[in-house]
Amino acid sequence: MKHKSCFHCGLDAESSPILFDNKSFCCNGCKTVYEIFSVNDLSCYYDLQSAPGATPKEIEGKYDFLNNAKICNKLIEFDDDKTQIVSLYIPHIHCSSCIWILENLNKLQPSVSSSTVNFGKKSVRITYNSKTISLKSLVKLLSSIGYEPYISLESFESGKTKIDRSLIYKLGIAGFAFGNVMFLSFPEYFQVDGFWLELYKPVFRWLMFAFSLPVVFYSAQGYFVSAFKGLRSKLLNIDIPIALGIVVLFIRSTAEIVFDLGTGFFDSLTGLIFFLLLGKFFQQKTYAFLSFERDYKSYFPIGITRISPDGQETSVQVYDIKKGDRLLIRNEELIPVDGILIKGNARIDYSFVTGESEAVSKQSGDKLFAGGKQLDGIIEVDVLKSVEQSYLTQLWSNDVFNTSKEDAFTSLTNQISKHFTITLLLIAFIATSFWLFTDSSKALNVFTAVLIIACPCAIALSAPFTFGNLLRILGKKKFYLKNANVIEQLAKINTIIFDKTGTITANKETTISYDGLVLSNNEEALLKNTLRGSNHPLSRALYNVLNKHDIITLDDYQEHLGKGIEAKYQSEHIKVGSAVFVGQTLDTTTLNTAVHVSANKQYKGKFTFYNAYRKGLSNLFNTLKKEYDLVILSGDNAGEKDNLTKLLPTKTKLLFNQKPEDKLEYIKYHQSEGANVLMVGDGLNDAGALAQSNVGIAISENVNVFSPACDAILDALKFNQLYKYIKACKGAIKIIKWSFILSFLYNVVGLYFAVTGQLEPVIAAILMPLSSISIVVFTTIATNYLGQKLE
Amino acid sequence: MSVIYVLLAISIIVAVGFFIVFIIAVKKGQYDDSYTPSVRMLFDDELVKEKSKKQTNTNQID
Repeated sequence: MKHKSCFHCGLDAESSPILFDNKSFCCNGCKTVYEIFSVNDLSCYYDLQSAPGATPKEIEGKYDFLNNAKICNKLIEFDDDKTQIVSLYIPHIHCSSCIWILENLNKLQPSVSSSTVNFGKKSVRITYNSKTISLKSLVKLLSSIGYEPYISLESFESGKTKIDRSLIYKLGIAGFAFGNVMFLSFPEYFQVDGFWLELYKPVFRWLMFAFSLPVVFYSAQGYFVSAFKGLRSKLLNIDIPIALGIVVLFIRSTAEIVFDLGTGFFDSLTGLIFFLLLGKFFQQKTYAFLSFERDYKSYFPIGITRISPDGQETSVQVYDIKKGDRLLIRNEELIPVDGILIKGNARIDYSFVTGESEAVSKQSGDKLFAGGKQLDGIIEVDVLKSVEQSYLTQLWSNDVFNTSKEDAFTSLTNQISKHFTITLLLIAFIATSFWLFTDSSKALNVFTAVLIIACPCAIALSAPFTFGNLLRILGKKKFYLKNANVIEQLAKINTIIFDKTGTITANKETTISYDGLVLSNNEEALLKNTLRGSNHPLSRALYNVLNKHDIITLDDYQEHLGKGIEAKYQSEHIKVGSAVFVGQTLDTTTLNTAVHVSANKQYKGKFTFYNAYRKGLSNLFNTLKKEYDLVILSGDNAGEKDNLTKLLPTKTKLLFNQKPEDKLEYIKYHQSEGANVLMVGDGLNDAGALAQSNVGIAISENVNVFSPACDAILDALKFNQLYKYIKACKGAIKIIKWSFILSFLYNVVGLYFAVTGQLEPVIAAILMPLSSISIVVFTTIATNYLGQKLE
Repeated sequence: MSVIYVLLAISIIVAVGFFIVFIIAVKKGQYDDSYTPSVRMLFDDELVKEKSKKQTNTNQID
């Protein structure tokens, strides 16, 4: 092996001395997992996929809340004497090895009787016996093999979710009836043998009637409901002509067979509904592993440790926390409420809230806000406000979170449908009155024929198939849209607002610059070796930019939490960390994060960390500025202002120090002036702005982990493609307009037959599927062409 | 009674039979996850492979 990478997780193991079984590992955690698997005869895990694992994290005490029976009961799906079933969401599930190991859990732990993975949802459903293994030990077991389940306040509240399968049922029934009715109507279309046919005609016809009943009364239900809702709110949506067409088709067909006038249009009726539902099904592309509805609940823990006045530690549910309680927050735990720091070293990572990846240090007596994650050791906090009243969670009481964006939005199809329905009714009445005067026997026939043939099946299909296909294409390009409406909304955008930290800057990448005295080769080697032992994110980042040096064994090494590190090698002594720690008291007023270095008690200099802007940022803004107003709304201070004005087009507005509510109000104000706003953000502090905007896009470096409620999730790597994606959405609107024209042409042909009173069932049976299928083919080919341009 | 009624009855019974099977399949959640089963069915082969690999591994060590 030339390049050494960890056999378990695939990370760089170059600098790691751990060798086991002839394989190198990056850390002891990975080695332990490998040991567990090889001892239990599960090493096949590594054959399915190379380096599939994750490093198990330190979880001491993290799952203590699972001792609380009330919390456990909420999580467990099924609870019977010896059998318990629990579904756990595990973000790390990503390959076939993951499925294999999780479904073979019973080899590791005999108390688990079975486990089933749902790969799409990244969840595992475990059946176990709680008499022999508690939920807590089960979760610990999973964590110890690198599959740490993610249990949040959200999973506590939702509990048992029901899956809505009604569309599949409806589609199945419509398809089943359509196929059968088609066969049953063939004999009459072909007019094979007069006498033979006459004898059995009623049987065939009544059978078709019977098949169409569940289709009309069950499968087509949604269209009647939607048409009724549309009429009530005085909105002529597309479902009104569809529902009208279905009703007329059914009544006329039934009348025809009752009075022995003809076969009826049962095949067209069932076919119509089948195709319409197919369109719905196609459009209903959901990304099971993504959630577009997340609020603070999916970030917050279920339980937290409370310290009672007599010093006892109990695990309580987050909602039970009251003002004045004292909480114990462990390393890597999230602070669920606003509070005051009482004891311990607080280094709080507010990246969930602000997108800012740099942790802030707090002293005892400082105020801590909900949503921060403690990084260094244990702290104690006095509660100031309950969960719902905390600074961050208050944002969710804003009205925007209760209004649905879809309701306020008229889709392209419904806009067309308004004119379409009026024209259709007009044609029907004119044609009927004409026939009333020429041949009154045909008048009713013509009236119903017009409504049947003009039933806007093709129009109703254009949008679902175009959008459905584009959703799929964009999903492959890592731009995940919540639903089809988002495409239409995106096409109408004229203002784009960006958040700064985490959105246009990359979280994981920082540029580091050094100023101060030049470090000698020896000093740099010592510095690099000192940093090697530290797991602090700043140390890791700095370690990676320094030149390569030989590995030396340090004589002395000490890490001071929240301050820095100190090391000794032979006569050399080095200190790395905060300005105060290394003995530098001057010049600490920079806005950017810095790591200071001193060697042998002499101050050397500092490494300053700058946020690295995402690749292609300038290019993207320069292409966007031609068509859109651009704004940057940042919650940070103005430290980067000069840098940004250099990078971005001059027209771009830059606003700093914006609180979450400010962002929301800013968007609201511009919307009231007629702007269609696209908000691009990432943290929970953008949640209000994302909800208020016409389209909210969350940028995410790891789509499996966190993103606030939004309309679309964009993988950070594809950030520079944003313009092309918006353009593709505009292209989709064009495709739909073309397919509207196409379906109008079909309607004109059909109307000719209807108005002249010669509409035979067989013509309807040919025209209807023909128009639908050609629309589907046209939109699919056109959107695929659009997708190819995205490469 | 003509044979056509018998045939019709049989064909409809068969069709409805399949339809019921479909409903049961949906109800059991077969359509909820359309990806994992496709991976799961390959594991039987992998297990056999593992055993043969193990033998070669031990030989090497010897």
